[in-house]
Amino acid sequence: MSVANTTVKKKKSEFAKYPAGDKTILIIAYVILGIFLCAIILPVLYIILASFIDPITLQNKGVTFDFSNWTTTAYQRVLGNGQIWVGFKNALIYSVLFTIISVIITLLAAYPMSRSDFRFKRFFNTIYVITMFFGGGLIPTYLLISDLGMLNTIWAILLPGAFSVWNMIIARTYYQGVPHDLEEAASIDGASEMVYFFKILLPVCTPIIATICMWQFVGMWNSYFDAMIYLNDVSKQPLQLVLRGILIQSQPEPGMVSDMQSTAQRAQLAELLKYATIIISSLPLLIMYPFFQRYFDSGIMAGAVKG
Amino acid sequence: MNKPLRAKEKVPLKQRTHNTLVYLRQHWQLYLIFMLPAFVLTIIFRYIPMGGVAIAFMDYNPFRGLWHSDWVGFEHFNRFLSSPDFMKYLMNTLKLSVFGLLWGFPAPILLAFLLNRILSSKIKQKVQLVLYMPNFISVIVLCGIVRILLSPTGMVNMILGTNYNFMTMPQAFRTIYIASGIWQGAGWASIIYTAALSNASKDLKEAAVIDGANLIQQIKTVEWPAIKDTVLIQFIMAVGNIMSVGFEKAYALQTDLNMGASEIISTYVYKKGLLDGDYGFSTAVGLFNTVINIILLISMNTIVKKMNEGKGI
Repeated sequence: MSVANTTVKKKKSEFAKYPAGDKTILIIAYVILGIFLCAIILPVLYIILASFIDPITLQNKGVTFDFSNWTTTAYQRVLGNGQIWVGFKNALIYSVLFTIISVIITLLAAYPMSRSDFRFKRFFNTIYVITMFFGGGLIPTYLLISDLGMLNTIWAILLPGAFSVWNMIIARTYYQGVPHDLEEAASIDGASEMVYFFKILLPVCTPIIATICMWQFVGMWNSYFDAMIYLNDVSKQPLQLVLRGILIQSQPEPGMVSDMQSTAQRAQLAELLKYATIIISSLPLLIMYPFFQRYFDSGIMAGAVKG
Repeated sequence: MNKPLRAKEKVPLKQRTHNTLVYLRQHWQLYLIFMLPAFVLTIIFRYIPMGGVAIAFMDYNPFRGLWHSDWVGFEHFNRFLSSPDFMKYLMNTLKLSVFGLLWGFPAPILLAFLLNRILSSKIKQKVQLVLYMPNFISVIVLCGIVRILLSPTGMVNMILGTNYNFMTMPQAFRTIYIASGIWQGAGWASIIYTAALSNASKDLKEAAVIDGANLIQQIKTVEWPAIKDTVLIQFIMAVGNIMSVGFEKAYALQTDLNMGASEIISTYVYKKGLLDGDYGFSTAVGLFNTVINIILLISMNTIVKKMNEGKGI
């Protein structure tokens, strides 16, 4: 209680320091920020509320605060359906494997690029930077994947995007900020580059590694395009493709609505399922992400400033 | 140890080659372990498809393959450049990205300035937690939310007291696309500016306050200079990507009825190429898009260099 009081006092006194004109500006700033916060929170609250309302009320009256007819049927139906779990499982497999492969390759490649004495650095740099602005495009890439026999396999998802030039540049910039004394000391002790890299360099780069891991994981978890064009089997679909069927195409998995008699009932239920699906599918990342927040500032700044 | 290797200039060619060989022998791990995987992936998945753009000049037949298909020159280009649809898709793409840039680019900068006005660091952290949250929602879920909120019985119509079906209105598409983009991305994009602002010299700011500078003057003289470079770099990057409007979101927000505004080059390439199997034509459209993008990037970089005393990227 006393702690809370003092912080309020401190804040007040700091606010009081500003001259009258500035106070007006501050208040306007807080109002704009408040509007932005509301714009984020309100839709989320709306969807949470709506996901518990029974389908008929939802269709006729929209969201109400009438608590008598609340139901968890949408959640039971979504969670009781196998396909959403298949989606979760596949998304987890793809995202974990992709993160591991891609982070290892990217961190490795960034090390030579960070050394001033690395021969042919310019050559490699040019090769990589060109790919940031120029590419073959959709069809040639698709035909290549097809020729390599990777269609409908996990490799089509994992390999093409595994090396990220952007992340390499960010890791390289971070390495360059590590004192060179460490490197010299290691080479005098006769440590090979591998030993130096894994035993000395990587342990002091945790913020940037955590940041890149998070980017790659979230990026893979949330994408659907590659899976849509390269994977045909329903059993290989990641979560986002399953969600696409439910949310965008309004075609819930058959098992979720098949016990309903009329088409109208099915449509009502399909609508309700969307709300529960949004909540269920977004929860894992939204719960995880605050734990990464402490890395955001240090990690993202490290490379991004120099671009 | 490195010194003799570094002095490249006056060393004769033979000696230089010898030095390089010695370097390669000493540092083979750098090439074979550190660099090889990334290099191989880049060559296979980035450079081989670049050769594949030859399809754009071919009557490509999947059964005959790249080497046995007939060349048709610029036929595909002529076909789409003369079709009225193409102009429409190009304009849709350009409008979406130019307006997206106009509205979307300043938003995170404004947010960073606003965040910097919060006096308590604890509150600031909580506000940031909320602002960053939408970034972790997937494109599909975002578009699902948008469709729900904008449906005739959804929240927006509830507030407005109307019952428009926004998703079927071509004139609403761009607003929906850009506003939802700001909703999702502005908070996250503000991180980089917030961090740059925190680098603004405290001494300078205190001096400004002692000199009686008001908030606006402080922003002008201390805070804006601290983030100017970051803003410029971000702007060049954004312009460089102006033609690569994301496929995923546009496709997920498309309905049969808003196609007049929502069909953009990337969705057209996908439909023509993978759904209709018109490989050559689709590749030509994609190539055209890339070329425009590169021209924009180079000219933008030149302009910025001139304005910014020779500093570009």
